[in-house]
Amino acid sequence: MTHEALQDLIGSWFQELEFTSEESQFLNIKVPPENLHALMQQLREHPDTRFDYLFCLSGVDWGEELGVVYHLESTTKRHMLVVKVYTADRENPEFDSVSDIWATAEFHEREVFDFFGIRFTNHPNLKRLFLTEDWEGFPLRKDYEDDVNMILH
Amino acid sequence: METEVLYSNFKSEEYFINMGPQHPATHGVLRLLLTIDGEIIKKVEPDLGYIHRSIEKMCERDSYQQIVHLTDRMDYLSANINNEAVCLAVENALQLEIPERVKVIRTIIGELTRIASHCLWWGVMGMDVGALTTYFYGFRDREMINDIMEETCGARLTMNYNVPGGLMLDIHPNFVNRVKEFVAHFKTKLPEYDRLLTGNVIFQKRTVGVGVLSREDAISFGASGPVGRASGYSCDVRKHHPYSAYDRVTFEEALRTEGDTYARYLVRIQEMWESLSIVEQLIDNIPEGEHRVATNAVIKLPKGEYYQKVETARGELGVYIISTGTKNPYRLKFRSPGFSNLSLLNHIAVGGKIGDLVATMATLDLVIPDIDR
Amino acid sequence: MPLRITENIHNWLFSVMPEGVASLVEMTLIAVVYLTIFAVAGLFLVLLERRVAAWFQLRIGPNRVGPQGLLQTMADAIKLLTKELTGTEKADKFLYNLAPYFVIISALMALAVIPFSAEFHAFDINIGIFFLIAISSIGVIGILLGGWSSNNKYALIGAMRSGVQTISYELSVGLSLLTMVVITGSLQLSEIIEVQKSGWLILQGHIPAAIAFMVFMISGTAETNRAPFDMVEAESELGAGFHTEYSGMKFAYFFLAEFINMFIISAIAATVFFGGWLSPFGITESIPELGVFWFLLKTMALVFLMMWFRWTFPRLRVDQLLTLEWKYLLPINLVNLVLMALLVWLNLTLRL
Repeated sequence: MTHEALQDLIGSWFQELEFTSEESQFLNIKVPPENLHALMQQLREHPDTRFDYLFCLSGVDWGEELGVVYHLESTTKRHMLVVKVYTADRENPEFDSVSDIWATAEFHEREVFDFFGIRFTNHPNLKRLFLTEDWEGFPLRKDYEDDVNMILH
Repeated sequence: METEVLYSNFKSEEYFINMGPQHPATHGVLRLLLTIDGEIIKKVEPDLGYIHRSIEKMCERDSYQQIVHLTDRMDYLSANINNEAVCLAVENALQLEIPERVKVIRTIIGELTRIASHCLWWGVMGMDVGALTTYFYGFRDREMINDIMEETCGARLTMNYNVPGGLMLDIHPNFVNRVKEFVAHFKTKLPEYDRLLTGNVIFQKRTVGVGVLSREDAISFGASGPVGRASGYSCDVRKHHPYSAYDRVTFEEALRTEGDTYARYLVRIQEMWESLSIVEQLIDNIPEGEHRVATNAVIKLPKGEYYQKVETARGELGVYIISTGTKNPYRLKFRSPGFSNLSLLNHIAVGGKIGDLVATMATLDLVIPDIDR
Repeated sequence: MPLRITENIHNWLFSVMPEGVASLVEMTLIAVVYLTIFAVAGLFLVLLERRVAAWFQLRIGPNRVGPQGLLQTMADAIKLLTKELTGTEKADKFLYNLAPYFVIISALMALAVIPFSAEFHAFDINIGIFFLIAISSIGVIGILLGGWSSNNKYALIGAMRSGVQTISYELSVGLSLLTMVVITGSLQLSEIIEVQKSGWLILQGHIPAAIAFMVFMISGTAETNRAPFDMVEAESELGAGFHTEYSGMKFAYFFLAEFINMFIISAIAATVFFGGWLSPFGITESIPELGVFWFLLKTMALVFLMMWFRWTFPRLRVDQLLTLEWKYLLPINLVNLVLMALLVWLNLTLRL
């Protein structure tokens, strides 16, 4: 499906979505955290979208906000889509886990938790993946400081 | 790790062993926490991070030319393809017109890298199932590719040959001849691989029907590369999102439907044949021209988000760049194939024996630095 | 001539001391000579294995220490002698230290009954074959003890596999040799060779004998825990298996025992199936001294076969190992035994 067709279809499911294709090769959807899981479920199940392949899940620290970016592809229809979700709560960021929709998300979400401190509710095994259990802070956040291990300019 | 928690969940017959971080079958510093009942695997839990260097964080302070060098150290067996991924992403963002010569050379070297990687995998695969001789056969042929790379790129493993805008230097005058020599040589050696291992009864007993991954699970777990294709899931980036010169060569995507260890093995063997054919199609037709287009010394990507997929020897590598218009990326994420492939290990290894786990892991072809970026 | 020398020593010993003491001293002397020969021979088998492996693997192999690397394994043994003996903290010290001796002693004991030639035969008892089978299964106790007492899970898995494997394959080794005993009618090794003067047993017993030989080589390889049946060590699965926690000379005992056991299995096969020290078609019958040469030639050919297995085949999985024994080798063996009995009864064996 083309970007426009996807936008029309997905826009009809939920009201609060923001669409943009500027500054990106994909169609981007910004979704409020409370609708994330429902939207993802729908994107995967709906016969016209069928986004069955989550090929990238990245955490991003946008400065003010923390966010997660989901790159989706349909293996049957071969269209791609980017879903973004943001939270302003830097102390206790939390999103719904999508690991029940795509199994690959389990590890990717653990990685995001490890480096950004974003918690995923309903995740089967949310704990540090790379770092040790007693590591303080979340290294990939922009405000992370470590005088010993980080070499800056 | 919370060993106490693990112990308290045990039934009386189950016990827990550490496989790794130093273990011959984990090929690097991967630690697997195995819960075992006798010989039967009940649970596999990978514990990662033993060589995590936080390349993604380092990228945020480096220029784009510098980032290319870091990617070598991820999947060091597909070093050149990793370089290519970052270069392509940057070139697409800058909308540079890349000379045809560069595209063709990148494709040839990429395929040679793939063959070299699969040679090493084949040797190690044999070793993991107990046939030690395969190791030396695989390395013999890989050595020829490394020599070609050394002559042209100056390095054998971490090539650093690509730069944003093209290639660092033009190919060595001997390159074409030596590649042709290698292709002729390897065509006689690949059947030898089959004779030594593929047809062996014990090898087939060890691999057929072991570690079966269904197509649905493969997609759900984000499996890519030979692992996904062995489950009948057409996921070759070279076919679906062609880059460099892949749109002008004909090759067959190695696909099987069994999804077991043996299928993954056969897919890789077939991929070596396909790579040879790609190299053959291109080696005589390297266009004349520049090997590089000029870029600014300081590359600044326009504000925006860029995503580039390439097919490494292990599967789909994604480079996700968020730029704010400065000389450094704001955020750079590598979607590494090994990471997703490792995540399905627990799914396919449970219920098998320890020997099955080793054989299955060998065909996932994990490179640990690729997982611990 | 070796014969004359031993006779002279024998006569001299019995002339200078009382009979009981003399025979005791003689036995000790023989034991010391055997030990020395086979400790060294074991080392050279290790070297041979490494050279053969190198040949299979497009390498040169050890070639620096001494001419053609002949002294390499000697140097290795000396290095192992000087190495620190490490062990695990909570190991069962007594059993842990005892285990290597079980393995090496049972391997060396078996050598006593092997006929190297008509004269070079230390101990010709009338239950030779039975003695060999019995002795060769003692070694597994050492492996089990070693794996269990070192208090390491990998070692324990290795030891358990070893127990399962040796107990299973013991049956096939015994039954395949029993098949041949049906022809010879004797368990005494010298008599078994005597029978073969009218044709090697593998020819006399033709089809069932060939089957018995194959079964024997397969189960013999399994019995010595060598690839493709090296479940016990399985370096890609268990690190080093049952001897993970052993170092220095204790490790060397396990290592050496494996090679001596390989030699023993090949020697039994050469004796029972290929006429032992008899020359082919009796071509050197007039020179009995060449018996040792023929015996070693046949044994080494079979040793090479076992090395060929090791460097070519992948390893079996532990359940496949048991399937092979209980579902294939054992039934084949039993049928084969009946077949052989019928053959002998109906006088269908081939004799020159």
